[in-house]
Amino acid sequence: MSVRASLLAALVLGSSLAIAPAPTARADAVAPEVTTVPVGAEPDGTAVRLDVSVWPQASGKHPVVLLAHGFGGTKDSVTSQANDLHDRGYVVIAWSARGHGASGGRIHLNDPAYEIADARTLLDLAAKRADVELDGPGDPRAGVMGASYGGALGLMLAGSDRRVDGVVSAITWNDLADAFFPQSAVTKPATTAAGRSPIAVAGPFKQVWATNFFLSALRGGQGAGTGAGAADCGRFDPTICRLFVQASETGTASPQLTTLLRAHSPKPTMNAVTAPTFLVQGVGDSLFGLDQADANASALAASGTPYAVRWSDGGHDAPSTHEAEEVEASYTWLDHYVRDKGARGSALPTAAFTYGTPAGRAGQPTTLHTLTAYPGLSGAALRTRELPLTTTSGTLLHPPGGQPASLIAVPGLAALGVSLSTYQIAALPGQSTALDTLPVAEAATVVGSPTMRLTVTSDAPDVTLFASVWRVTGGSVTLTNPLVAPVRLTVTPGAPTPVTISLPAATYDLPAGTRWRVLLTSTESTYSNSRTPSGIRISGASALTLPVATGAAVDGAVAGGVDTETLFAAGALAVLLLVALVGWYVRRRRRMHRPPRPDLADVPLVIEGLVKTYADGHRAVDDVSWRAEKGQVVGLLGPNGAGKTTTMRMVMGLISSDAGSVHVLGEPVSAGSRVLARVGALIEGPGFLPHLTGRQNLEAYWSATGRDPEDAHIAEALDVAALGGAVDRPVKSYSHGMKQRLGIAQAMLGLPELLILDEPTNGLDPPQIAAMRPILRRYAETGRTVVVSSHLLAEVEMTCTHVVVMHAGRVITQGPVAELVDSDDTTILDLPEHVDHDVVSAGVHALEAAGGVTEVRVDTPTRIVVVADRGRAEVVAAAVSAGLPVVGVSSRRHLEEVFLGVISSASAPGAAGEPGDEGASLVERLRQVRAR
Amino acid sequence: MSETHAEGPDVSPGDALLDVIEPAPAAGGGEIHQVRDPLSWRSELRRQWGRRRTIWAFGLLLALPLVLVGSFAFGQRSSNSRGGASTRIFDLAQSGAANFSLVLVFLASELLLVLLAALFCGDAVPSEASWSSLRYLLIAPVQRARLLTSKLAIGIASTLVATVLLPAWGLLVGGVAYGWDPLTNPLGENLSWGQFLPRLALAMAYIFVTLLPIAAIAFWLGTRSDAPLAAVGGAVLVSILLNILDQLDALDPYRNAFPGHYSRAWQDALAVSPDYTDMVHGALWALVWAVAFTMLAYRRFRRADILS
Repeated sequence: MSVRASLLAALVLGSSLAIAPAPTARADAVAPEVTTVPVGAEPDGTAVRLDVSVWPQASGKHPVVLLAHGFGGTKDSVTSQANDLHDRGYVVIAWSARGHGASGGRIHLNDPAYEIADARTLLDLAAKRADVELDGPGDPRAGVMGASYGGALGLMLAGSDRRVDGVVSAITWNDLADAFFPQSAVTKPATTAAGRSPIAVAGPFKQVWATNFFLSALRGGQGAGTGAGAADCGRFDPTICRLFVQASETGTASPQLTTLLRAHSPKPTMNAVTAPTFLVQGVGDSLFGLDQADANASALAASGTPYAVRWSDGGHDAPSTHEAEEVEASYTWLDHYVRDKGARGSALPTAAFTYGTPAGRAGQPTTLHTLTAYPGLSGAALRTRELPLTTTSGTLLHPPGGQPASLIAVPGLAALGVSLSTYQIAALPGQSTALDTLPVAEAATVVGSPTMRLTVTSDAPDVTLFASVWRVTGGSVTLTNPLVAPVRLTVTPGAPTPVTISLPAATYDLPAGTRWRVLLTSTESTYSNSRTPSGIRISGASALTLPVATGAAVDGAVAGGVDTETLFAAGALAVLLLVALVGWYVRRRRRMHRPPRPDLADVPLVIEGLVKTYADGHRAVDDVSWRAEKGQVVGLLGPNGAGKTTTMRMVMGLISSDAGSVHVLGEPVSAGSRVLARVGALIEGPGFLPHLTGRQNLEAYWSATGRDPEDAHIAEALDVAALGGAVDRPVKSYSHGMKQRLGIAQAMLGLPELLILDEPTNGLDPPQIAAMRPILRRYAETGRTVVVSSHLLAEVEMTCTHVVVMHAGRVITQGPVAELVDSDDTTILDLPEHVDHDVVSAGVHALEAAGGVTEVRVDTPTRIVVVADRGRAEVVAAAVSAGLPVVGVSSRRHLEEVFLGVISSASAPGAAGEPGDEGASLVERLRQVRAR
Repeated sequence: MSETHAEGPDVSPGDALLDVIEPAPAAGGGEIHQVRDPLSWRSELRRQWGRRRTIWAFGLLLALPLVLVGSFAFGQRSSNSRGGASTRIFDLAQSGAANFSLVLVFLASELLLVLLAALFCGDAVPSEASWSSLRYLLIAPVQRARLLTSKLAIGIASTLVATVLLPAWGLLVGGVAYGWDPLTNPLGENLSWGQFLPRLALAMAYIFVTLLPIAAIAFWLGTRSDAPLAAVGGAVLVSILLNILDQLDALDPYRNAFPGHYSRAWQDALAVSPDYTDMVHGALWALVWAVAFTMLAYRRFRRADILS
């Protein structure tokens, strides 16, 4: 039910020129004068008054336009156009046609005696108005404009009344009998683009459209529920109604109906039209095809009347994609010939012929082309081309009862926005024959009706065929235009009958390489199909004759140039790029604001007040300051978590410091500082590309620095790593120690002035550690600086010249190792197990009192440390004399022990109070440290 | 560790180094001879080239057409196949080099190329982080922005190579397997070689641009994570999520701005009279997202503490 409703909507709304989408209320619109005009009475004598609106002009004399509406509409359907025309300086007269809206009478389908006579009465009315310009007495300067039902009225009025000075007629008919009983079997090949001279037999009945037409008048005429149904005829003239219902029942045209429809058409009076006429017709219009406009144009050309033809992609099935331009062209036509009194011989105000070629995608406007003359008329030649077939014969069956019927062109489907691949439901097996062409050799545009000849043999006297044109691209078959060409023949059963078929007129793109397919079906669902079965044989199909044209392309009026989305996106992009540019500039300026310190230019590394708190609140480094001078090997000592690695990462610019500064050779260090080129580092284990060999890794690293390969000394560095043959194996096969040595070698590449090694002995075995020691010492002896971090005091002591001890993020002590471990003045006394505590404390007190002794400390219950200016023998003697049971004497303790002692006293709560004292005492304690 | 001692007792490791070493220059010191920018594109390319993921990615790309040819050789489809547009595209794949390469692009543009873009751009930084080599690059020293620029340039270049290689290799394989016929177009009209090749180039250029947002998202995630998988997988996940959101009509017209909304607009370029509106929209939005996430990546990496 909804589909039916939509179809009806399409019927009415599709005639876009006649019916505005909605009467737009405009502030400046002039309110029309509404009157009723008495016109000729109905055949039964009923008086009829038309409901008329006149848009008057305030002053002066103006041309008048009769604005006719479409079938099923009213005068209100054209309000918007009436306002437009009024603005252009016209007096506009719109009226509801007889049988429509508030007008009286019945629908006579543009009967010359009724509807056309009504329009003449309105011209009389116009001639009497004070604001209307007259060409002569009782002859107003008048144009008439309308679409579909109104379009035919305009042509018929112009054909019967010489007072009309200009006509715009859209999507209308030439011969209504031919439109409802179309016959595509022709007597001769066409001489015009869409011309068709049908044979004398009436074609099959266009059932669906006829019923829609009929129903739309019933619905539009009266309120719902007044009629008892279709048989009631609604506001139709009873004669027309009866003949239509009869045709629907039989599927054939009675002679009376044919005569009546033909009389209610522009065709009989077309050659009498002298007013310049603009014809707009829809390419995809399955109700009134291009052939109808072609016939009208041919008549106008024959009588020498100025005319122009425009093929729109709209019509009764779908709205046009160039609607605004078509309306504008119509107004221009009226302006030229009616308002401005353009001479008949003057140049046309629009192209003589305009047509569109399909756009690349559905829903896009067609591409418009123009020609200086309609092909085949006014002296212009009709260019044709042949397209041979590969299939020339086939058989098909007309099914009993006419069902199932092929579904090819569903009226109004395009208006619903539905696009179907309908080939499967069009080419029913057994009921269709596909005639394929050779691939198109050269691309062209077909403008008009292709024609073909073939021979039909049937076992029944009445043969119906429906031809449609499809395009075959690879495996897909698509309908080029939703149109069919119906053919109805009366033949002698069994006897071959030659026939020439005019295929649907349209514009077809003919790209090179595609095949075309003419599909012949025995049924079509929108037509009345015979219920009698028959078998049909097709043979000897000829090549297709295609009318081609090459028009001048019309520059598409691109709406507004750039659309909003492009503007938005481009704007966003521009803003982002601007932000990036500003950010880059600001950073550049900021970076230049970090002056070097010339006073530190001679010091390889100076760390001052460094603080780092991680995001989790852990303060890893707290006010750390130290420096490394040239020629030093500095050991950075501390337990795990002391902040050694964090400090080194800050030195290398890997992490940013919260406060403080790092200077290398006087240059401030931040991420990626150039001066880091003078620093080589191994931080928290080596890192290599696992798929490269050791050598390639060093080369890749050096390549990343961008420095001269000659400065690298890769071979010598590899010698430090001592990897032997493994240098040419991928690093992923390396052991931990091998990677570590390669990491040290990498740090030494380019012989940096500052070498920073974080836990370099990790993973190395003792001989390797031993081998590394002299390398580092001698490296520093060249005037370079080495910083080694370690938690192994022994290692540090043996390797380093200087030491910095860190704990819990702070520097506890620092100084030359030689000074720190110089322990000539330190003696360690071992006591036996289970020695009496009182004895020990008494002895310690006595020892403290002894001359030259600076400090006595009880390290463990069995160990006492004595610092004194006197010789060791004297210290031992003094201890023994103090009553201490000495069982062993040594000059130092185990390194780890001292270290732990230092750390534990640094961690002691009391020690935090006076850092200066603490530092001093720690130095003293470290003095006892000596390498074993 | 036998090689440690292989050199014998007389020559200890490091002697060679100490032999060539000269005393450190005096204050102000020796010049650093910079012959190229740090982490030049060439050196970054060398870092990425031999990697297994690179080899696999391109190997997969090169194998795909061969796999297609192989599978087409297996199943002979029945001639009266019915189906939608994609089925028709596959039917046409064997009609010649042009169609074959188009099918290949159609197949790969949806996921494979997206994945490769995410891989090439998303993995570059976190893979270095996961090998611990990132910090050594930074202290080489390579400036943070410079490192990102080189990584991004090589990642984008690899994506570009993949985007170009796919149809080119497809044309070659298709031509050898099915002949050198011009395009029989399932999406519209037939195109001659002269028309098809520039259009294909345009379509691939467009596809490349639409890959950039995913590449940039992956790149940004790569600067936030040390796990290559997180960056690549995260970017692909984002792309899938956006695809899902893109299905919601309620988000119209805002979804037009999503990266990937216009990901199929490249097919417009293959129509006989192409309409480039969607391609212009898609390209612009893609650039917006690509620039935005690239900026985020730089911003993030410039300030990040490198703890890997």
